[in-house]
Amino acid sequence: MSYLTVEHLTKNFGGLSAVSNVSISVNEGELVGLIGPNGAGKTTLFNVLTGVYKPTQGKVILNKDGKSIELSKLPPYKITHQGVARTFQNIRLFKDLTVLDNVKIAMNQQAKYGLFGALTRLGKFYASEADIEQRAHEFLKKVNLDDLAYDLAKNLPYGKQRQLEIARAMATGAKLLFLDEPAAGMNPQETHALTEFIAKIRKEMDLTIVLIEHDMSLVMNICERIFVLDYGKLIASGTADEVKNNRKVIEAYLGEEE
Amino acid sequence: MKNLFSKKNLIWLGLLIVFFFLVQFLIDIRVITPYYRTIVYWVGIFIILGVSLNIIIGITGQLSLGHAGFMSIGAYSAAIVMQNMPDMTGLLLGMLIGGLVSILVSFVVAIPTLRLKGDYLAIATLGVGEIIRIVILNLEITNGASGISNIKNLISWPLLFVFVVLAVVLSANFKNSAIGRACISIKEDEIASEAMGIHTTKYKVIAFIFGAVLASVAGSLYATTYYVVKPETFGIATSINILIIVVFGGMGSLTGSVIATGFIGIINMFLQSFAEVRLITYALVLIVVMIFRPQGLLGSKEFGLDKILGFKPPFSKKLRKEKST
Repeated sequence: MSYLTVEHLTKNFGGLSAVSNVSISVNEGELVGLIGPNGAGKTTLFNVLTGVYKPTQGKVILNKDGKSIELSKLPPYKITHQGVARTFQNIRLFKDLTVLDNVKIAMNQQAKYGLFGALTRLGKFYASEADIEQRAHEFLKKVNLDDLAYDLAKNLPYGKQRQLEIARAMATGAKLLFLDEPAAGMNPQETHALTEFIAKIRKEMDLTIVLIEHDMSLVMNICERIFVLDYGKLIASGTADEVKNNRKVIEAYLGEEE
Repeated sequence: MKNLFSKKNLIWLGLLIVFFFLVQFLIDIRVITPYYRTIVYWVGIFIILGVSLNIIIGITGQLSLGHAGFMSIGAYSAAIVMQNMPDMTGLLLGMLIGGLVSILVSFVVAIPTLRLKGDYLAIATLGVGEIIRIVILNLEITNGASGISNIKNLISWPLLFVFVVLAVVLSANFKNSAIGRACISIKEDEIASEAMGIHTTKYKVIAFIFGAVLASVAGSLYATTYYVVKPETFGIATSINILIIVVFGGMGSLTGSVIATGFIGIINMFLQSFAEVRLITYALVLIVVMIFRPQGLLGSKEFGLDKILGFKPPFSKKLRKEKST
């Protein structure tokens, strides 16, 4: 069984079918790209996978530790608890908080005290807070952001904000990451740095990554397999070279030959 | 235990004790006259209200306009209990009952209304405040429109001080915990918050209930301070007054609310003798503050000892130096 299985997934908005009958599967440790022209339904597919939308039809199944979990029945926060996290096309950091707090919020599940402990500061409060603080710093060191730990997220350069958003998603303890256009709005150097960053974190933390991207240099460089969506339908899948030469893909991007 | 008695906490404790005895001394030597004392009580009660509303609006980002409703629950609980038990036990029992009723009411209210956002939530909570008021107006036990009078006056500086400190410390602990961080993340970006694994509805409800209970405690203190509770006292005007404290002090800044309440208390005191122009001047002061400090007195920052005494988070100082070089 593959790690993530999407079975005959359909999402309709009224009469419009944004995603129709899409079936894909992702193996553990893979880095998979999802491409397609604008409006192809890529982000909608992500929103269904992460629980923001409920699918009209079909299922999303995660195989974790020999158990299969039906993600499409869970609300977004519970999906995150299953080790699945995402980033957003338009950055959604907690802008007025520090980099450290952004990561701490992602680690909130690790707090070992409840409302009573928080209000009275008895029991495990101080130990748990110190533990989270330390882990957050360790984590930021791993992703090379610790020197910015006390800066507000909104004051970071654009590339660093993107990087922080990925880091924050990982800090939830996720093993499966959905990255929605991580290189959007970046210049070639920034894209290059991001490509290396993704490759590095993936290796170090055994992540499975699915990413949406328009920047073909990034997609063709690091994605092992690519799925192509057009008008909500899966029109091709395979390695970079296979997809590049696929007639349907060329038609979707460039139009049909006369 | 070591952390509970850290240097910072001990300094705070020392400052509070000094402040307490200073005011007590001023009361004893009649520098703070009984008239000024009523202002101190007003400030104390509204600090609790301001801080508790700040938890809901400033920290969790849920605009609630029905805060006076929860205040009235505490006020009437204390008033009713104290009619039969006009002593401290009665007040505390009334407070407890008011708190429990507030938990119940705010929970029932929170589940449907906190699904709403922004203006819609404001209108819904406004409605809740009015519903509570009208229910009180029509109940027999609350004595309808004439309200309950002759409540025993038990307020004193020590009693007020204990409850104000308790409310502010609990609120600060709430804010500076994983629960507080979750609430702040909801205000910052609810969608991202949910994607980070935070059960947003749960935390919104917790913050709402927490704020409602504190408001109810403030209401009980109000009842015993002013001997009289009437439904009209807890209308929209009072809710707006509390909101003004929150906005004035800075959304999300608890110490800001404390300072703002003191400031407004002093303005009110000075304006008392000019009854005709009181409201106009009051409004003007607020407008001026909003023009020059639209984010409120303290913005979202807290007034703390860290900066004054040079306490820094463990890593930041070194890192900042490295960065600037």
